[in-house]
Amino acid sequence: MGGTGSGKPMNLTLHVWRQAGPGAAGAMRTYAATDVSPDMSFLEMLDVVNEGLVARGEPPIAFDHDCREGICGSCGMMINGQAHGPWKATTTCQLHMRAFSDGDEIVVEPWRAAPFPVIKDLVVDRAAFDRIIQAGGYVSVNTGNAVDGNAVPVPKTDADAAMDAAACIGCGACVAACPNGSASLFTAAKITHLGHLPQGQPERHRRALRMVTQMDLEHFGGCSLFGECQQACPKEISIDAISRMNRDFVVASVMQAEERQVAGAG
Amino acid sequence: MAIDLNAKVPSGPLAQKWDTHRFEMKLVNPANKRKYKVLVVGSGLAGASAAASLAELGYQVNCYCFQDSPRRAHSIAAQGGINAAKNYQNDGDSIWRLFYDTIKGGDFRAREANVYRLAQISVNIIDQCVAQGVPFAREYGGTLSNRSFGGAQVSRTFYARGQTGQQLLLGAYQALEKEIAKGTVRMFPRTEMLDLVVVDGRARGIVVRDLVTGAIDTHLADAVLLATGGYGNVFYLSTNAKGSNATAIWRAHKRGAAFANPCYTQIHPTCIPQSGEYQSKLTLMSESLRNDGRVWVPKAKGDTRAPDQIPDAERDYYLERKYPSYGNLSPRDIASRAAKEVCDEGRGVGPGGLGVYLDFRDAIQRVGKDKVEERYGNLFEMYQRITDEDPYRVPMRIYPAVHYTMGGLWVDYNLMSTIPGLFVLGEANFSDHGANRLGASALMQGLADGYFVIPYTLGDYLARSAGMAPVKADVPEVKATEAEVRAHNDRLLGIKGKRTVSSIHRELGKVMWDKCGMAREKSGLESALGSIPALREEFWRNVTVPGSGVELNQSLEHAGRTADFLELGELMCRDALHREESCGGHFRVEHQEAGEAKRDDARFCYVGAWEYTGAGKAPALVKEPLAFENVHLATRSYK
Repeated sequence: MGGTGSGKPMNLTLHVWRQAGPGAAGAMRTYAATDVSPDMSFLEMLDVVNEGLVARGEPPIAFDHDCREGICGSCGMMINGQAHGPWKATTTCQLHMRAFSDGDEIVVEPWRAAPFPVIKDLVVDRAAFDRIIQAGGYVSVNTGNAVDGNAVPVPKTDADAAMDAAACIGCGACVAACPNGSASLFTAAKITHLGHLPQGQPERHRRALRMVTQMDLEHFGGCSLFGECQQACPKEISIDAISRMNRDFVVASVMQAEERQVAGAG
Repeated sequence: MAIDLNAKVPSGPLAQKWDTHRFEMKLVNPANKRKYKVLVVGSGLAGASAAASLAELGYQVNCYCFQDSPRRAHSIAAQGGINAAKNYQNDGDSIWRLFYDTIKGGDFRAREANVYRLAQISVNIIDQCVAQGVPFAREYGGTLSNRSFGGAQVSRTFYARGQTGQQLLLGAYQALEKEIAKGTVRMFPRTEMLDLVVVDGRARGIVVRDLVTGAIDTHLADAVLLATGGYGNVFYLSTNAKGSNATAIWRAHKRGAAFANPCYTQIHPTCIPQSGEYQSKLTLMSESLRNDGRVWVPKAKGDTRAPDQIPDAERDYYLERKYPSYGNLSPRDIASRAAKEVCDEGRGVGPGGLGVYLDFRDAIQRVGKDKVEERYGNLFEMYQRITDEDPYRVPMRIYPAVHYTMGGLWVDYNLMSTIPGLFVLGEANFSDHGANRLGASALMQGLADGYFVIPYTLGDYLARSAGMAPVKADVPEVKATEAEVRAHNDRLLGIKGKRTVSSIHRELGKVMWDKCGMAREKSGLESALGSIPALREEFWRNVTVPGSGVELNQSLEHAGRTADFLELGELMCRDALHREESCGGHFRVEHQEAGEAKRDDARFCYVGAWEYTGAGKAPALVKEPLAFENVHLATRSYK
């Protein structure tokens, strides 16, 4: 897992983005983080810095966090220019300070993407992700409509592939890491999850069409297959999902065009 | 004025109660449903499933969560699985057996009729989730896989790798987003409920704070549903998410909702031990690990050899020794207490001797590393990231931690609290797990309440309340409640003392863990009943909350929640003190027999519900006797 592994406390210098509110001008501020145990998580290190700030009557650094187990997707920040920091397949809350060495300088910034406006300090607004799901990231089945769970067999390989994509935690690291600010990996993960299952088939093409359209409406950039999203993803979701999304989108577009022609001819 | 605890359990044989009740309940005409407004607080399994299902039926629904998206509610962190009496494994499972296991697991302190309904509904939940596209684990033939869990001898747990809660929550979240897109649900993320509005004795709205702007507002409706989870964070260190809190249920309690069995807390046996004073939370390692991991400590006290240097003959596999038929799969309360016992004897391992081994050596030898990795790979990775140790080579170290609260707001069979129109779902209520919850049953209960109970019982309430006058925003009750919320926040911001909120919360947690944790004793509880009010007094005199109320202010949020924990903690100790027996997660040192918990059915076979009587006044205990007509009250044995 890298780092010093020495177990000795470290002294670090943090450069943190501070911004009082959505419209306010922000700036980098420097803080000392002293006596940091390598066994602390990154957020626990920030907690300790914040306790010091509060005790001195200064506003603590605001950041989103909740489960601190790497599953809720709340936390996320750029750490030395990397989404969620230096460890692969790791959210910020699971990054531990043994990744750093005594004397290190650490630059901490919020996700930088136009569709994720800063609310305060390291807190950004990711509501655009919810709106992409609203556009079609579901199976339209009301409560009470289900048949027996074993009525439709699902090949294990399909279930596993669906689960691989469904592991997305919606943290936004893919967007933050992408030079285009694209939400393709997030959107494709949901399209891939549902597209691998028989239950997702009836709405498969409509889903791709609508979710991709919504992604564009939110002003996320296009995908140029740079691959940085896959590297940053704490759940290691494969960029293959994006080709699957593109295929579903193209097929859906053609089908829609044909439907229009048929309707027009009628 | 004592509260009336009428559980409204339908008459007739146990297996027919729910069917009979469903027929007897009144319906709301489809065209009339859109005239009713329902507020759902919380967007976890119970809240999201309820909000989506009610919107599908045609009600106007508002849903609230404090996170930035409903997808992040703490249900997402549940790892192991969800129980259902499908009997797909042909191994002797049935609705009756799931019912019996749950009643017994709860140490005979739950209501029979509720638990039976839960077992009945369990099978529908799996079907619904499959239909939503939840990617449950499958066999090569395409059928659903099952695994075993603590407290059961059948294999009835459905799972999605180690992320079952996540996948079930995303299913409910997606159903919710589908309704938001249709305009049938209005979602309020980053919004916290700070009080309940009661008008003419009925729940008619909530006061909320927009966590981004700080704006305080009142939302009025025809019914309010609380699905706000448990209160384990009263202990500061728990496996709950940092934001999990008791504010919604506690403030509803202060408006008249009885709080049932607050002392019933679950200490989960398999968590990663604390590593330092800075620790912000504890991380659970799924109970499913106990399927293949063997729990042990050295036989000798103070044995500091590395685990692989300790030969088998000098190891004590204490769960297998003490409970041969359930072994490592003994229920959580029993496994936790056994771990505490060996650590108290000086046989614990790791820093401070507060840990036991969970060893996969034999499993790796038996089925191979690949198979173990397939089953638990993500959990092993998580363990290694946190501890810097490789569990494939070195046994995991685990220690019990607060995980779940069985107590909660009292509800009747319809999930309605003692305030008409206020319903409570999921972990926030007390209903189904008695004094101890079995693994993989929390997800089951949350979804049962949201998908399959509340859509019926809410309709019945609304139909019977037809003609209820709409509430106007300018009635005195509404204005007074909102004014109280503003005054409460202003007071927190105005103290400007010396101590941080976290330091006081941490101190409260230590008192709770030491005096009202795994083992409780009269003297300890009495001392906590002295120290908690003193700490609360210090909080209100000496806390410091930086910033203002009209901005994103996480310190203010934490201060409000801690203020409520400081009151709830006292009630928990009071409840633990009054219950002079040991049952499930509630272990009173004075009440044991040969080291095992000793229940007292003659005196304590009841639900203890507490009524708020005013600030500074002792709460009143009201009892709901538990009648067991279908199961024999037995001493729990897993030997």
